[in-house]
Amino acid sequence: MTVKLILRDKEYEVRPGMALLDALKKNSIVPESVIATRDGEMITDDEVLRSGDVVKLIAVISGG
Amino acid sequence: MKCRKCENKASIHMRQHKLALCKEHYLEWIPEQTERFIKKYQMFTHEEKILVAISGGKDSLSLWDILVKLGYQADGLYLGLGIDSGINYSHESQRLAEKYANENNLKLHVVDIEKEYGQSIPVLAEISHRGYGRPCAVCGLAKRHEMNRIARDLGYDVLATGHNLDDEAAVLFGNTLNWSSGFLLRQGPVLPASSGGLARKVKPLCRFYEREMTAYAIMRGIEYIYEECPFADGSQSIFYKEMLNQLETVRPGAKLIFYLNFLEAKKSGNLFVEKNVEQQNLHPCPKCGQPTSTPDLCSFCRMIEKARAEIA
Repeated sequence: MTVKLILRDKEYEVRPGMALLDALKKNSIVPESVIATRDGEMITDDEVLRSGDVVKLIAVISGG
Repeated sequence: MKCRKCENKASIHMRQHKLALCKEHYLEWIPEQTERFIKKYQMFTHEEKILVAISGGKDSLSLWDILVKLGYQADGLYLGLGIDSGINYSHESQRLAEKYANENNLKLHVVDIEKEYGQSIPVLAEISHRGYGRPCAVCGLAKRHEMNRIARDLGYDVLATGHNLDDEAAVLFGNTLNWSSGFLLRQGPVLPASSGGLARKVKPLCRFYEREMTAYAIMRGIEYIYEECPFADGSQSIFYKEMLNQLETVRPGAKLIFYLNFLEAKKSGNLFVEKNVEQQNLHPCPKCGQPTSTPDLCSFCRMIEKARAEIA
């Protein structure tokens, strides 16, 4: 099973065993612009992603 | 990664501070730091009445949450802007602002621009021909005018907004690109009150990254409007924020240094020769009484008059 990253209406798949930071960079997601949660809990960017993980990314930028 | 304070698993890592904290210690750290900034920049005291501008977003609701937690006398002000754009944006943000106020037994003043002035912000923008097809300039003008009017009319000592460091860095970046010296000299954590009737404005969150404020709202379980203002899509400030975040990823702390060193340079007097803002010949607008530098009516009242004339 792969790891799924969800940001707004987009989904990205990465392979298990990657650190979150690498997974974000690999998909051109700027780490500073998101908060990552897994099972409702925030995780730090050194977290190693496991098979079947679903990581919800919350965009942090607002304003106009 | 472990929490620096208790060795439990960290929930957030702030690379610019080389600091990782668990949820419990993060929720202590943010109010402690906010209190430190309030005192450092002499924003207000526990004896003063604070009006917090509430948009229903993460920053303003978190600011209110923190100030109340710190024991300050903080009421909220929500301005109904009448922005719908198919997602009920204003309606939903008002619902969330009221929900937070009700759940925490706090006083929220609600002012609806359309009820007060006859038109919503998007309609005012259209008929006043301001802002190059976007209502953002009219929205900013109306918010500044109304926040000041209500703070003054209701006797608040200070107006607090939820601007975070990313907001400030984006504005600073834009003003630096244009070398807008007037705007640069006015930017800071505190805008002092003027004798002509401008309320003191403060930004207690100005040293927190936007990411940190999002984390605070999530950890506190604050329900905020996640959807972007429909008119903010593609805006210059969001573009600058994205650029600065790319820089931050490569150089942790770049945003913080950019902003703090600017404040330091301004304070030292080495950046520009600071003029006294009071010297700009402010006079009271004959209609609303708020200080203005434009001849006759202030920009806001002129816009409203023009809008009314167009409708008539």
